[in-house]
Amino acid sequence: MSSKRTIAVTVNGTRYERKDVEVRLTLADFLRHELGLTGTHLGCEHGVCGACTILLDGKSARSCLLLAVQADGHKILTIEGIAPSADKMHPLQEAFRDNHGLQCGFCTPGMLTTLIEFLRDNPDPTEQEVRIAISGNLCRCTGYQGIVAAALDAAKRMRAAP
Amino acid sequence: MKPPPFQYHDPRTIAEAVGLLGTLENAKLLAGGQSLMPMLNMRFVLPDHVIDLNRVEGLSYIKETGGVLEIGAMTRQYEVEFSEIVRTRCPLLHQAILQVGHRQTRNRGTVGGSLCHLDPAAELVSVAAALDATIVVTNASGRREIKFADFPVAYMTPAIEQNEILTAVRFPLWKAGHGAAFVEFARRHGDFAIVSAAALLERDGGGIIARASITIGGIGSAPVRVKELEEAIVGKTASAELFRTACESCRKLDAIEDIHAPASYRQHLAAVLSRRALEQASGIAPQSATSVH
Repeated sequence: MSSKRTIAVTVNGTRYERKDVEVRLTLADFLRHELGLTGTHLGCEHGVCGACTILLDGKSARSCLLLAVQADGHKILTIEGIAPSADKMHPLQEAFRDNHGLQCGFCTPGMLTTLIEFLRDNPDPTEQEVRIAISGNLCRCTGYQGIVAAALDAAKRMRAAP
Repeated sequence: MKPPPFQYHDPRTIAEAVGLLGTLENAKLLAGGQSLMPMLNMRFVLPDHVIDLNRVEGLSYIKETGGVLEIGAMTRQYEVEFSEIVRTRCPLLHQAILQVGHRQTRNRGTVGGSLCHLDPAAELVSVAAALDATIVVTNASGRREIKFADFPVAYMTPAIEQNEILTAVRFPLWKAGHGAAFVEFARRHGDFAIVSAAALLERDGGGIIARASITIGGIGSAPVRVKELEEAIVGKTASAELFRTACESCRKLDAIEDIHAPASYRQHLAAVLSRRALEQASGIAPQSATSVH
């Protein structure tokens, strides 16, 4: 049994066929180093900070805790794929900009991917529910206030224009 | 912070997985990866072989048969979270699962993985102790059942042999309408609890407590059933006063110490949280939907 495998994945709607990966390569490193999608950030690399959160078949997951081989045949959405088009931002991105939901931006990709799933399941959340939803995402800049305000604002925008 | 080199195997059947486990040296089973992957990334474990169970069929299900809730080992924690059977028939498990990690980890983390990892403060481990669960393991010659009381043999060490795979857990269900509460103290929501308390109560028609189960997690090397407290409240009428007095016995439990809290603090939490759990399970206090933090 070789320590390499050939995988095929769909990332942000683009199909990648026949990618040779070392079996120990994490999905996060695959996205960043093999596909050049460096929007997925790596903070702790042991599943605590949430910065590397991506959506695997529509469900949020920490890409530092997945092997690239495990993504074979699956669909992945990263921060690069959330905007509807090149010149239009996702309502969450707009709300983060307008509510000072980021400063250095390191945690932002994980915050947004986490909140995409959360607002899909819970389009009209309370502030407490938002705080619990992002409890697995560490931010060292904002004190979370702007992020919570942005999430609630984004929920409102998305309800108004679903 | 990268996993060490290993050979990767992704069997499709339980038999195939058991076969690999029985023949490969220094192999580790990979379930949801929410504990093993951090340990690999930090190189706390250096397996020669990783056997990934994620493509094995037939290990993901939740079913109720004859008053017993059976959950397949690879059932994701979020599936338990959103299960109608679990919410209505096993409210303790429903409450506990909401306090397991975060949505991102529950989407991957599995029931069997958490039970095998056997963290002394893990919510699912406490639920298994509280409900007198049965662990089902599969080996080359068939299946074997282990009572949960016999499952933890030492700190984070389950009574599973090297060639066995945990394939299911069975929770005997309590009577419809029973009281249940799972409360914990953690520094942040989603962290492992410093101490947790799980309470189950059944009352007869006259309001007398007919059956009780109280489990303290995070205090010892495995969750502790507080039999003395259970016996002290059975046969009595639920009241804040009864619970306040009876829960004092939790201060006598042997407690571990670590960077998070000294033993005396854990004993204090055990008394306070067991009282809160009983108050919530009996309806004296409203249910808290999330952990204390």
